[in-house]
Amino acid sequence: MREFVLERAGTSVEAIGLGAAPTSADAHARSSTQYLAGGTTLFDLMKLQVMNPERLVDISDLRAEHGRIEDLEDGLWLGALVRMSEAEENSSVRQDYPVIRDALWQAASPQLRNMATLGGNVLQRTRCNYFRDTTYHACNKREPGTGCAAMEGCNRRLAVLGTSDACIANYPGDLAVALVALGAEVQLLSVDGRERVLPFEELHRLPGDTPHIETSLVPGDLITGFKVPAGPWTRRSAYVKVRDRASYDFALASAAVALDLEGDTVRAVRIGLGGLAARPWRTHAAEAALVGRSLDEASAREAAEAALAGAVAHGELAFKIELGRRTVVRALLETQAMELPA
Amino acid sequence: MDITLNVNSHTHQLSVDPRVMLLDALREVLGLTGTKKGCDQGQCGACTVLIDGRRVLSCFTLAARAEGEITTIEGLSGEGEPLHPMQAAFVEQDAYQCGYCTPGQIMSAIACVAEGHATSDDEIREYMSGNLCRCAAYPKIVEAVKQAAPQLAERG
Repeated sequence: MREFVLERAGTSVEAIGLGAAPTSADAHARSSTQYLAGGTTLFDLMKLQVMNPERLVDISDLRAEHGRIEDLEDGLWLGALVRMSEAEENSSVRQDYPVIRDALWQAASPQLRNMATLGGNVLQRTRCNYFRDTTYHACNKREPGTGCAAMEGCNRRLAVLGTSDACIANYPGDLAVALVALGAEVQLLSVDGRERVLPFEELHRLPGDTPHIETSLVPGDLITGFKVPAGPWTRRSAYVKVRDRASYDFALASAAVALDLEGDTVRAVRIGLGGLAARPWRTHAAEAALVGRSLDEASAREAAEAALAGAVAHGELAFKIELGRRTVVRALLETQAMELPA
Repeated sequence: MDITLNVNSHTHQLSVDPRVMLLDALREVLGLTGTKKGCDQGQCGACTVLIDGRRVLSCFTLAARAEGEITTIEGLSGEGEPLHPMQAAFVEQDAYQCGYCTPGQIMSAIACVAEGHATSDDEIREYMSGNLCRCAAYPKIVEAVKQAAPQLAERG
């Protein structure tokens, strides 16, 4: 790990003051100053020398300001400094937003969830081996313009949706898939002190020609929390995660589903995909395929076809397209079958 | 930088590089080598310690940010005292082979019980999944956690 200067912010105003250090960085994650919360992604990548910030701003004291979960009249507020394990155990999350609970308890390990914050977790970076291993020269995400070693390499864990000729890395997280499905909003503080609100779906960018620019955050932006809108679909919601190991592994494919049913007829549905795509992926096409229809294996399968319609499989990835479809079908049918507390 | 670490009810003043992780401060500076360095990359759980009762990975925790009461395997029972019930259960159930992951397993298991995540075999397996055992003593580890869980509840 390269040397860095450690600073500590007591408040979010102090944090953005320290985060506003002069930088020529072209992306939030490439700034020479990085916010330090749980540290579970940052220290991982710093030990690998994939990230080499010169200055860390410890924001753990911001828990006082941004460390709460609150029931709002029209939804749920999740502070950015809430730890994953705290959100997983929260009674409102468990009862009214089970898809968030399911995404959390199946993520990482209990130790990591005790450390990682929600704000940091959604910014977790890809697990693509060629991004993480600096002995490979070619990685457009790590070093723009160097190529993509994954394209012809070991790539069975990477993406089939939203990729480009420059990058086929997948977004690895779980919580973000639930948040994108539920149409959450991200609350930000800019270095100039302005508050901004961003639809969660716009937080992560597609790789295109610039896979090193992963989010629409600019250097110094600080996530302060997430608002999850209420809706008749949030209580009947679930997260299905398919992986190589039974626990403590990243998704090969996952689906977050929230359903509003009248009998078996779909009044409204929200579907997010994980493991399969370059960013947390909401599939509006699959949702549209179900609204107003009776939900059964056949209609679920049609929705799944729509969800994966644009998929492109490089190398070892062909299996993921069908795996993704089956994951969507299973998630829809399991969510339909949920028994809700009265 | 000058820091203070509260470890196993003792206070230590240290001067460390900001890069030093709690794991290395424990092992190399304080001589508490019970906490093990496995992957040093947040994946294996061998370095698990408790901070204010919460299980965390000491390889991803800066020593400079490790505030609160830190408990390591050395803090569970003193010289000449009976073993902590979780330690005793691991011995009685033969829940290890080489023993390298064991301190992390035991610290994690104590927290697993305290969190209320030791109510069934499946739940124990799920909530102990952050501690890898390359000797694959997993069935015995589940038995040890089950044996110790009611005793820990009694201790409060």
